[in-house]
Amino acid sequence: MDLSFGIEYTNFREEVKGFIDQHQDKQPSATTESMTAIEWQKLLIDNGYHSRTIPKEYGGFGAEPDIIKSRIIAEEFSRARINTGLGGQGISMLVPVLLEMGSEEQKQQFIRSTIGGEMVWCQGYSEPGAGSDLASLTTKAELDGDEWVINGQKIWTSTAQLADWIFCLVRTEPEASKHQGISFLLFDMKTQGIEVRPLVDMTGSANFNEVFFTDVRVPKDQIVGKRGQGWQVANAILGHERGSLAPPEAAKSRLEGVIRLMQSETIGGEKVIDNPVFRDRLMSIQGRVLAMQFNDMRLFSARINKGQSAGMAGIIVKLMGTELRHELEALAIDAMGEIGLSYEDNPYIRGEGSWQYLYMYFLGLIIGGGTSQIQKNIISERGLGMPKEPKVDAK
Amino acid sequence: MEFGLSQEQIMLQDMTNKYLAEQVSLERVRKVVSSEISDEEIWQELTELGIPGLMIPEANGGVGLGALDAAVIAECLAYHVTPSAFLSSAVMAPVALIAAGKDELLAAIAAGEQRVGIAFGETIGARREAGIAVIGSVLSGKCLFVLDSQADHYLIADKDKNLYLVAASAQGLQRNNLTTVDKTRTTCELVLDQVEAEVISNDPAVYTRSLDLGRVMQAADTLGAAQSMLDQSVVYAKQREQFNRVIASFQAVKHMCADMVANLEPCRSLVWYAAHAMDQVPEEARLMACHTKAHLSEVGKAVAKTATEVHGGMGFTDLVGLHYWFKRIGANRQLLGSPELLRNEAAKIQGFV
Ligand SMILES: Cc1cc2nc3c(=O)[nH]c(=O)nc-3n(C[C@H](O)[C@H](O)[C@H](O)COP(=O)(O)OP(=O)(O)OC[C@H]3O[C@@H](n4cnc5c(N)ncnc54)[C@H](O)[C@@H]3O)c2cc1C
Repeated sequence: MDLSFGIEYTNFREEVKGFIDQHQDKQPSATTESMTAIEWQKLLIDNGYHSRTIPKEYGGFGAEPDIIKSRIIAEEFSRARINTGLGGQGISMLVPVLLEMGSEEQKQQFIRSTIGGEMVWCQGYSEPGAGSDLASLTTKAELDGDEWVINGQKIWTSTAQLADWIFCLVRTEPEASKHQGISFLLFDMKTQGIEVRPLVDMTGSANFNEVFFTDVRVPKDQIVGKRGQGWQVANAILGHERGSLAPPEAAKSRLEGVIRLMQSETIGGEKVIDNPVFRDRLMSIQGRVLAMQFNDMRLFSARINKGQSAGMAGIIVKLMGTELRHELEALAIDAMGEIGLSYEDNPYIRGEGSWQYLYMYFLGLIIGGGTSQIQKNIISERGLGMPKEPKVDAK
Repeated sequence: MEFGLSQEQIMLQDMTNKYLAEQVSLERVRKVVSSEISDEEIWQELTELGIPGLMIPEANGGVGLGALDAAVIAECLAYHVTPSAFLSSAVMAPVALIAAGKDELLAAIAAGEQRVGIAFGETIGARREAGIAVIGSVLSGKCLFVLDSQADHYLIADKDKNLYLVAASAQGLQRNNLTTVDKTRTTCELVLDQVEAEVISNDPAVYTRSLDLGRVMQAADTLGAAQSMLDQSVVYAKQREQFNRVIASFQAVKHMCADMVANLEPCRSLVWYAAHAMDQVPEEARLMACHTKAHLSEVGKAVAKTATEVHGGMGFTDLVGLHYWFKRIGANRQLLGSPELLRNEAAKIQGFV
């Protein structure tokens, strides 16, 4: 056990802190004179605090991969509660996949504008008939000359209403087996034949959509990987997605928020934190947050130390992280009682309504990106070597 | 930076597990439980591995290892439900004696010649039947659920966290075995009638260090016991057939096992860090000890139940013996502070009370 990073990293941490001190007033905010999200993003990339290891020729900072430095940046930004720059499915999922499997032209064309925030993406995977069983998707693309012609429907497509482009799974080889007949296409959301219909979710906002394709024509070369390899490409991204849905750093900082809340809210004149029942629940959640934090440290350590095994520490993160956040937000609501019900324009609202919003939002994350039940299938099958469900013949 | 066990610690773990798998079979555990053989026999064997002296300095005949090494051993011992005085004699007592600068007994403990039991009940949620009075260095009263009913000495804490050492054979001391559900380790009551004791420490920090370490060791013990129950469940589920399928192919059974893994795996990292903090991050030690034991108690309880269910009726029988692990986890939960008590202490440490 050695938790020190060494002198080189101590200096680097100071550098990061210096940057934060100097620039934190400029971070995007609704109320003060500040940078736009895009200007802030550029400042972060120019200083190596976003897109750090993405090569310069594609618009990144071009540093050698150094997981420790990346972690230090994340730690310091989280500690100072500073805006960490843009995220979204294009940046967190598509860019890593392009770097790994994209053609040179695709890297040139898409990475710079995506990380810069000029090009917003959505992920078109799920369909009405293909959710957990994603590989049964039926949206089809047929080659007609130099173009794919796409017909079908996607659903639950987050941010499709804002997106410039979509990365999309389509069936191109109807004769092949379920997993071998899918391809991974990229196309412009302004292409003729695309219709986006927003779906209001339980939080009251329309964050995801139905997307309909009618004879949508897409240039033949806008495919990542080869024909029929889309499933492998998509799985590479799902790995990126799952690990990042509920980072323990965020849980820790939300927990600090619950503590502040319980110290300031009162029930019948008594501070909530002075109520032993609530305090017990708080401590119980704190114990769980700590367990996930050190689990994350173990994962991190296994990445930087070749030969160290992290056991099943990774495979459980999506399940445990999202469930924990859901309960953490729930504790804050319970601590507020009826005040905790406040929403939207209610003048008594606390934390700008974030407790209720995130309580529901994390239920969405429990379902999205592979449900908790699917995670348990994966843990028992891949982690424990238990048998798969017996196959049922297709209808 | 390296978070986890060192090469040496992994070797220590492998070696200990191998030894216990060969030497401490469930059959032998049953013999200790039924008093056919004494746990002293096993303790003597563990002496050959250096376990009683694990945390005792080399200068005093021990191995001089730290809290994380001890946690590794605690996990191994519980994995095999080994009857032993590890918690009291190898961890809590030596650590208190070392911190108090009283090294007379250390060599005998390391050599397996003397065992020291722990009577800290007075300061951890003392129950109405208990209570001791101190006049000078003379103790009278009753300590309950004292760890180790075969010890040669007892380390007793009073209300003010002062520590005293008494010999089991001291005049005025009566020792009665207290049966608990967990028969792999013994507890007793001490009835003291004006017993002359040796004052070991008047510094609450000595008591606290010993208690914190004890709590982390119990968390590690629960980790080992729960891991064993999980492993046994997976093996059993892959063999047992119902409805012409192995039960491991039923999703309900798979999800029970996945739940156990998902809850238990982060516990491993929590125990490692808590043990590390005992030696290296003193400002976090108390909080980590409370949280780690409380969290492991909750996860352990759930795993103990679920693993038993995976075994069906077999899980409920004495035949399979799964209940030894179940009860060990149950005992760890209550001894040295139940989860509610520990969480309250964690809140106090952070100034929330
Ligand atoms: C907030 C949110 C955002 C999303 N964003 C996107 C997006 O941007 N792009 C996109 O493509 N998709 C997105 N999704 C879709 C998401 O990936 C799917 O909702 C998810 O995979 C589940 O599929 P489903 O909704 O069809 O549920 P179903 O698959 O119908 O599941 C219904 C229930 O059955 C259970 N179930 C299904 N199969 C099994 C099984 N084999 N074993 C045990 N239980 C099973 C599930 O666990 C669940 O409880 C999003 C979803 C949400 C909630």
